[in-house]
Amino acid sequence: MAALGEEFTLSAEALFAGPDGLLGVEPSDKTDHFLVTDRSRTVVLYKVSDQKPLGSWSVKQGQIITCPAVCNYQTGEHIVVHDNKVLRIWNNEDVNLDKVFKATLSAEVHKIHSIQGTEPLVLFEGGAVRGLEALLAEPQQKIEKVICDGEVIKWTKFFVVFRHPVLVFITEKDGNHYAYVQMFNSRNLSKYSLLLGQEEKSVTLNFTAYVDRKFISLMSLSSDGCIYETLIPIYPGDTEKNQRLVRSLLLKAVVSGITRNGVTLTALDQDHVAVLGPPLPSSKECLSIWNIKFQTLQTSKELPQGTSGQLWFYGENLFMLHGKCLTVVPYKCGSSSLAGALGKLKHTQDTGTQTMPHFVNWEMSQGCGLGSPNSEQPRILRRKKTEISLQPEVPASEQLLSTIKSGSEKHIEVELRKFLAKWTPDFHTAIGDILTGLLGRCKAEPSFYPQNCLMQLIQTHVLSYSLCPGLMDTALEKTDVQMLQLCLQQFPDIPESVTCACLKTFLSIGDDSLQGININMESIFDYSNTEQDEKMEEQSEILRNGFNAEKNYSNHNRDLSKKPQDSTEETSSCPVIPKRAALLRNAILHSAYSETFLLPHLKDLPAQDITLFLQYLYFLYLKCSENATMTLPGIHPPTLSQIMDWICLLLDANFTVVLMIPEAKRLLINLYKFVKSQISVYSELNKIEVSFREIQKLNQEKNNTGLYSIEVLELF
Amino acid sequence: MGEFKVHRVRFFNYVPPGIRCVAYNNQSNRLAVSRTDGTVEIYNLSANYFQEKFFPGHESRATEALCWAEGQRLFSAGLNGEILEYDLQALNIKYAMDAFGGPIWSMIASPSGSQLLVGCEDGSVKLFQITPDKIQFERNFDPQKSRVLSLSWHPSGTHIAAGSIDYISVFDVKSGSAIHKMIVDRQYMGVSKRKCIVWGVAFLSDGTVISVDSAGKVQFWDSATGTLVKSHLIANADVQSIAVADQEDSFVVGTAEGTVFHFQLVSVTSNSTEKQWVRTKPFQHHTHDVRTVAHSPTALISGGTDTHLVIRPLMEKVEVKNYDAALRKITFPHRRLISCSRKRQLLLFQFAHHLELWRLGSTAATGKNGDILPLSKNADHLLHLKTKGPENIICSSISPCGSWIAYSTASRVFLYRLNYEHDNISLQRISKMPAFLRSALQILFSEDSTKLFVASNQGSLHIIRLLEGSFKHLHTFQPQSGTVEAMCLLAVSPDGNWLAASGTSAGVHVYNVKHLKLHCTVPAYNFPVTALAIAPNTNNLVIAHSDQQVFEYSIPDKQYTEWSRNVQKQGFHHLWLQRDTPITHISFHPKRPMHILLHDAYMFCIIDKSLPLPNDKTVLYNPLPPTNESDVFRRRTGHAFKISKIYKPLLFMDLLDEGTLVAVERPLDDIIAQLPPPIKKKKFGT
Repeated sequence: MAALGEEFTLSAEALFAGPDGLLGVEPSDKTDHFLVTDRSRTVVLYKVSDQKPLGSWSVKQGQIITCPAVCNYQTGEHIVVHDNKVLRIWNNEDVNLDKVFKATLSAEVHKIHSIQGTEPLVLFEGGAVRGLEALLAEPQQKIEKVICDGEVIKWTKFFVVFRHPVLVFITEKDGNHYAYVQMFNSRNLSKYSLLLGQEEKSVTLNFTAYVDRKFISLMSLSSDGCIYETLIPIYPGDTEKNQRLVRSLLLKAVVSGITRNGVTLTALDQDHVAVLGPPLPSSKECLSIWNIKFQTLQTSKELPQGTSGQLWFYGENLFMLHGKCLTVVPYKCGSSSLAGALGKLKHTQDTGTQTMPHFVNWEMSQGCGLGSPNSEQPRILRRKKTEISLQPEVPASEQLLSTIKSGSEKHIEVELRKFLAKWTPDFHTAIGDILTGLLGRCKAEPSFYPQNCLMQLIQTHVLSYSLCPGLMDTALEKTDVQMLQLCLQQFPDIPESVTCACLKTFLSIGDDSLQGININMESIFDYSNTEQDEKMEEQSEILRNGFNAEKNYSNHNRDLSKKPQDSTEETSSCPVIPKRAALLRNAILHSAYSETFLLPHLKDLPAQDITLFLQYLYFLYLKCSENATMTLPGIHPPTLSQIMDWICLLLDANFTVVLMIPEAKRLLINLYKFVKSQISVYSELNKIEVSFREIQKLNQEKNNTGLYSIEVLELF
Repeated sequence: MGEFKVHRVRFFNYVPPGIRCVAYNNQSNRLAVSRTDGTVEIYNLSANYFQEKFFPGHESRATEALCWAEGQRLFSAGLNGEILEYDLQALNIKYAMDAFGGPIWSMIASPSGSQLLVGCEDGSVKLFQITPDKIQFERNFDPQKSRVLSLSWHPSGTHIAAGSIDYISVFDVKSGSAIHKMIVDRQYMGVSKRKCIVWGVAFLSDGTVISVDSAGKVQFWDSATGTLVKSHLIANADVQSIAVADQEDSFVVGTAEGTVFHFQLVSVTSNSTEKQWVRTKPFQHHTHDVRTVAHSPTALISGGTDTHLVIRPLMEKVEVKNYDAALRKITFPHRRLISCSRKRQLLLFQFAHHLELWRLGSTAATGKNGDILPLSKNADHLLHLKTKGPENIICSSISPCGSWIAYSTASRVFLYRLNYEHDNISLQRISKMPAFLRSALQILFSEDSTKLFVASNQGSLHIIRLLEGSFKHLHTFQPQSGTVEAMCLLAVSPDGNWLAASGTSAGVHVYNVKHLKLHCTVPAYNFPVTALAIAPNTNNLVIAHSDQQVFEYSIPDKQYTEWSRNVQKQGFHHLWLQRDTPITHISFHPKRPMHILLHDAYMFCIIDKSLPLPNDKTVLYNPLPPTNESDVFRRRTGHAFKISKIYKPLLFMDLLDEGTLVAVERPLDDIIAQLPPPIKKKKFGT
């Protein structure tokens, strides 16, 4: 996880920081030592951990330093260029720059590059590159011009790729940018023109780059506030000059789109980039670290005093001019967790509206369907493949999203059906986005409730509760039991509280309002059928799994047997109408739960609902015990243990309540009796188990052909 | 293909003895199994779990402990108070040594393998030094109050743990004194009257002692402090055995309820170094007590009163799908216990201490496939021959003519002459067997019943000519110089000219009986031979190996036959190779020279060499008769392997005459019915 440390300033009295900031900050040969060159005449060597200068050198009045001082790692000397052509080389011990080694060159120097392990390279304004040694051997040698007239070098960077020094520089001519890659060892120069892609109006402000295996990933910050990425091959594929490179959008809206000098970026590592600039038009300048891979803002730091729009990054330190002071911000990138990466996206929306979750599918982040319905959200995360692509058509999901925002319910439905008909690689994310869009509009417009669309979306089987937490809440609000049933059947991760809320709704909704709703009645009709049969057969005393309801009552409880009709009624007819039964049986009983979490929510059920539900469960229990296999008829019936668990849970949660309700008393007694009789049946079964086994053995012996027989066998 | 009348025999009342101990040898990947009658069997786990060797039992020798030491030496100890060492080459007992501590309950070899420790009835723990050819008593440890039922050595060899009744002691090996005594909770299901027997202990290298006891507990003790660390109650009955993996990251326990539990050392949370023992997997492959368990690197091995040896591979440790990946349940011995006399239609059954002779019945009826024919005469029990002495029978044989019976125990070979007079039979023992015929591993009569071939455990083969009422020693083939490997399998050609003999590892030797010399040796194969037979007329030797390969070797030509080469080139059907019981008997059809009849415990097969071999795409086993399809179709789908799986478990199958087979089955239910009842478990309302 990337993090910024506490900033500190380096004493800056020796520096003259003009309005354009510093000329440069360059590392020295010792760790923690840095050479800072200002815009006028001074070079200062700082030790950062001590926050103090170790040495300071100035050129004569009248001379002006034109190129930041660098360290020659091979000799430990410092090199600086003043007045474009004069090279000075000195040691830490030297005091006066006037007296040190001097070489006057024949062409103007743009920059000297030096990194550990290689000879410093001198880049001339004309684009030519020379090694320092070769140059010093013959300072007045002729320097050729590589770039065209009118082309100006805007940015340069020096890498070592597989031990080969590679110099990249970007030039600009008439608003067009060109990239040059100079392989220093092979003296191979490749030129590429950078195309802007579709975003024509923007002006590229700043560049940074890092090496990604065989490519140099050049990131550019545009005036529209987006970061674009261009991949430049290190080893040119063909010899054709003037190849074209297309940039692709990497991060959108990292800074506000004002064309100002105070924005810059620096690549920190493969995944992180530091951006300096105001995130919003009105806000102060910020230093922010972005994770490119996950497209998230990792951390940011406000810089109220303004910056010069320059940022350097060496080792673990970010250098910038904050106000008048040279400020160092330590940067550290620890191992990151997903949660951390998802972390600090700042929501700058109005606090009144609830923010919608965004879907990031890690497997398919190249998808372009990540649009959000709200275009004012500043940081939309995108990443495109770096392929050279033509203008992509507006994705179907985005079209649909815009329809959702304003279209009529009918229209949305038609569009959605079209969308669902074709499968796209980012289907998951698109579905999520569409659902979020729909729910957002539901919230905003109470009259808007596109039930059909939502049902269709749920039936795609890609959604889960955690992907759209608002959905069930909305459905609960609207008491849309049909939708709730579907959700309960489809979603694997519904929290117990929501399950319980659904249960409450299912139990409390009026019979007449249920009648009008279309509910999945799977397997419920089987019931009513058997119910009918049952009533007829009841007369002829069938023995149900060793238990006869009527008999039992008369034998065990004389006083209750006064109303045998009543009790039979209770046990054999379903206490709820089939639609409610369907809801309870097919949705609630099958839902996954954890007892500890469900129990407290069950306590909130009103007393009538408890009785009703208990009655229904008791009914199911009886139905279950009617056949030998102890199962209910129909497809996917709840198991006996599921039913028993719910009975136990319900009683556990509401025991005192149930005891107090007079209507429940009979139910409890019946339940108790039935369970008791079942227990006695089982114990009897256990007692006669041995006899069973003997019977089985006898049966087997009957089937057995005996100890000896002669049979006919034919082999085919 | 052929229609047969099959004598389906289920009156072979054989009950394998229960398994008492198993000992796994990592070095040779072999498993030693001892049974309650004292029999010790050696299974080669690398050779498809083939039972390659066995040592016959003895009435007075109830093995209580079995262990490997000094690499490949096998020791056992039992309630007669003796420690035995087995000779794995000659297949006999090297020596027996009394430990003088009363019945021995436990024995274990030191981690280095150079010492043996036994726990005795009188509470003594005795240390023996293993010398190259014997063992030598070294010293006693501090005597305990009660019998020492279990022992375990600390991997460093400095300490031992000993489980007795109600307590576990930890001994220092150097001083021999007990440094800790850990009292085991007697409480059993809330009742604290019973004694708590510590059935097994295991000492881990970190000093933890794991104990299993009769109260159903698995307990972890700290041997440094002598304190109880953790206790798992895993059963309502005794936990009788424990075995720890070499890596000490998993162990297995067996309970009297027939359940085997796997415990594993698992990290408390992911990425944490703190680990704890967790009960991970229960297995219920047994119906009765699991008396013993072993832990090989890839499998859990268990055995008990229900006589099954169960090898349950740990799927996470198995890399390729082969023999090792399948659950094995071995119930029957991989050797023949039955021989038959074709001429008189007699069956000779071999039991531990007696032989039974039965005459098969007959029928005049005929029928179609699957019919049960009415019997005109039922099978008769002709003879019940009890052995003398306490030793188990090693092998037995009846001559093809039915007038000779021979069997052998560990110390004597017996030969009987049977005389048939109408319905009466008289038995005459041939006395004065020659002195060199002390013990035989295999006995075989020649087809014309005039010669007897005896494979002795010294590696030599004796040929004896049988005369009316007497015999004459003809010749002895001495083993190859330098080898003492015992021959376990014999086969003689129907013309009596060739004798093939195979040991446990080396190749098959073929002897010329006429000229009394070694004819040739079939090239050695990696897997042991499970069955041998020589075909009539062609004198082709058919050899079945434990990896389910079948070879045909022409004795006169001294080379593999063309058919065998073809089979090897094309390979057997994958389902054929995946069978898990070895072929135990091969025979031939006298009129159909292209047919080979063979069987294992679960199938009977006729290989027709004239038909094309099946490839992996064809259906190997097709039990349904072909519907009235054209002959063309039948010819196209027909292949060389004609398999029947009607009879199982099949212990013996042979051809009596051209159209008659005899199949001896031993249904598992009949075996279970003769076992003591298992611990009763609730069946209803659970």
